[in-house]
Amino acid sequence: MSPTITTSSEANGNVSAATARAAARAAVEAEKTGPQTITLAKALNTAMADAMHADESVLVFGEDVGMLGGVFRITDGLTKTFGTSRCFDTPLAESGIVGMAVGMAMNGMRPVIEMQFDAFAYPAFEQIVSHVAKMHNRTKGTVKLPMVIRVPYAGGIGGVEHHCDSSEAYYAHTAGLKVFTPATVADGYRMLREAIDSDDPVMFMEPKKLYWSKDLVDLDALRDEHTANTERGTSSEGRAAVARPGTDATLIAYGPSVPTALAAAAAAAEEGRSLEVIDVRSIVPFDDETVCASVRKTGRAVVIAEAHGFASVASEIVARVQERCFHHLAAPIRRVTGFDVPYPAPKLEHFYLPGVDRILDAVDDLQWED
Amino acid sequence: MTISADHAAQQPATAEPGAAPAARHASQQAGSQHTEQQDPASEAVRKFGITVEDYMLPARHQIQMVGPDGTLHPHTEQGTQPGHEYTLPGEAELLAAYEQLVVGRRVNDQNSALVRQGRMAVYPSSHGQEACQVAAALCLADGDWLFPTYRDSVAVMARGVDPVQTMTLFRGDWHGGYDPSKHKVGIQCTPLTTQLLHGVGVAHAAKLRGEDTVVLAMCGDGATSEGDFHEALNFAAVFHLPVVFFVQNNQYAISVPLAHQSVAPSLAHKAVGYGMAGERVDGNDVVALLAVLGRAVKLAREGSGPLLVEAHTYRMQAHTNADDATRYRQDSEVAEWVAKDPLSRMTTYLTDRGLLDDGLAARIADKAEAVATQLREGLSEEVPVEPQDLFKYVFSTPTPQLKEQSAMLADELARDAASTAAASTAKGSGK
Ligand SMILES: Cc1ncc(C[n+]2csc(CCOP(=O)(O)OP(=O)(O)O)c2C)c(N)n1
Ligand SMILES: [Mg+2]
Repeated sequence: MSPTITTSSEANGNVSAATARAAARAAVEAEKTGPQTITLAKALNTAMADAMHADESVLVFGEDVGMLGGVFRITDGLTKTFGTSRCFDTPLAESGIVGMAVGMAMNGMRPVIEMQFDAFAYPAFEQIVSHVAKMHNRTKGTVKLPMVIRVPYAGGIGGVEHHCDSSEAYYAHTAGLKVFTPATVADGYRMLREAIDSDDPVMFMEPKKLYWSKDLVDLDALRDEHTANTERGTSSEGRAAVARPGTDATLIAYGPSVPTALAAAAAAAEEGRSLEVIDVRSIVPFDDETVCASVRKTGRAVVIAEAHGFASVASEIVARVQERCFHHLAAPIRRVTGFDVPYPAPKLEHFYLPGVDRILDAVDDLQWED
Repeated sequence: MTISADHAAQQPATAEPGAAPAARHASQQAGSQHTEQQDPASEAVRKFGITVEDYMLPARHQIQMVGPDGTLHPHTEQGTQPGHEYTLPGEAELLAAYEQLVVGRRVNDQNSALVRQGRMAVYPSSHGQEACQVAAALCLADGDWLFPTYRDSVAVMARGVDPVQTMTLFRGDWHGGYDPSKHKVGIQCTPLTTQLLHGVGVAHAAKLRGEDTVVLAMCGDGATSEGDFHEALNFAAVFHLPVVFFVQNNQYAISVPLAHQSVAPSLAHKAVGYGMAGERVDGNDVVALLAVLGRAVKLAREGSGPLLVEAHTYRMQAHTNADDATRYRQDSEVAEWVAKDPLSRMTTYLTDRGLLDDGLAARIADKAEAVATQLREGLSEEVPVEPQDLFKYVFSTPTPQLKEQSAMLADELARDAASTAAASTAKGSGK
């Protein structure tokens, strides 16, 4: 029953059924329908606007998200379209933003809130860990918290201290939080709609270095896909995607590391090695099935992530795959992650970030001679 | 979801619900997002004919209507002043409060006994603070919300939550035993002041839908040092939300006296820093509490924004059964507060007014005893815990990982049961 998940470039086929509702959506999308080249930022923005049109209980708030449209402009135009009751600036207080969202979600709203940067979500940690994650459990499901906490995260943008953290492990480690991270433009739309639809709280980790990455996508096709999924009760939630098929080894990556893994796979192909790239998409829930199917097929794997490697999501993936695929493995699974150092200053970050060469070195180490 | 309907009722009529807020705010420019709300300064001046400072600063003295000896002060000696005026609650309200006071005291003592008997893991008693507990519950209307702390079990019960369900948390069966949505009572919160923000959010959602819900959010004196206290009060003030913040100043945060938390003239004075009104009230005088909280709820409902009420009271027992209060406070101090007991002062006052006689006192005592019996029986009953509940309520639908772990535990338990059964069969046949 699960829908097929495709990468953004494959998702552009179906435009025919879209036109019927196009007029009703004129207020959201003045632009032409059909495949267009848009950024991840635009895809995320459109997802919020569509969700707000579809459901009056969807509210957007945070720091500078109103008139300014967010420091990354992801909420651009939402206040103008929906008014200050539906998209508004709050006082500067992250715990306040998250805590207020908890109360609003308890009382019938679906808040979509923005943390300005990864490291500035830390003041809200108590609310996230002690309440967002636990309310459903504590009340035996009588209180659901359908809220999305959007976190622009990770580095590669030359940002100064506190603006480049990969904080996903803190959330993934916390029982009761879903953790999504899109790597493609189409997934930006698709996954944010699904996060907003979710009756459980979602930490929505947005790779900020990909905000301005572009792809040819058909927003109307994505809308139709969302509608069809809603009608069927299906979704792509919790599913990893095969971002590039291959046969010799599997690169497992998520968020900002997916394009790097794809670049490494392209380079390896030139050297005659066929690498499959898995885009994890959803860290929680984790798609063991898709990941393990790939590793069982290839027998070799490298996990790639920007975050520090120690006690990380990458470590968890290695442990899970090893437990499930041991007898299919031709070599120990390798990790290519950030070093266990505080995120470095802009001039040093290229030493820190997992790059194509480091990934290819790890691939070379996968005991090919055996 | 009803936001569109309720919203539309407040908005100029427009065809598309989604466009209504936009239409309302279309004329507003950058930097004036919430100009539609009342300016608290001009509102205070208009309503009470006093300056904004006089409205927001607490009255010079705490509000006290009935003194420790049970006599009603003359109106001029109740601590009131212009803009801080309070009316004596009616007889029915006083008697209802008295009944809840008696029940609350009995609940506190019964629960402490159950802890000593090992039937409950822990109980933070509100013995001595029952007037605050009762008034916090009674000042709210049916549609209003209460956000209590771990110490506020009596308030939760006074709001109508089943006593045994209320105690689930402390008995150790689950982290909460009642449905917050049904009762409009948050689960008793332990991370200090985090619940205040949830109250702010509930009020904000209600306001956006055009409902007249008021939220009363409770915390202790020590908790006012937490960051979320500040964030909650500021958010409520900035968004002009109908929240009454109710601080029970029982003088201590576990062992630490208030002087180590704050050197503000009073906790109620903090209100002015957020642009809201503050008031101090004798927390052992249920009459004054009903008057002050009742007025605060009314003002909040009428659109005056949030208010902060500080009740001056005392925690007569240790922080919890696990605490030893003799390590940080003198018996003489406790003795002073015995004389200010909220219950005995009401008994005297109501008896002197002719509202309470032996017959009524006996009927109320019976009711309290019935609740105590309910607690004793309910908490003595061995309610089997369901191990699979561990996995059931983490997400709306269990993840594949949780399904695996649930199967693992089920298998473990099945093997345990099988080996227990085998052992008893072996034992039986060996005889
Ligand atoms: C964030 C947080 N820090 C510490 C604690 C541990 N703790 C529980 S109650 C308490 C004292 C709180 O005192 P006060 O706010 O005066 O309330 P009271 O217990 O006196 O009712 C402390 C420190 C906690 N529950 N939450
Ligand atoms: Mg205290």
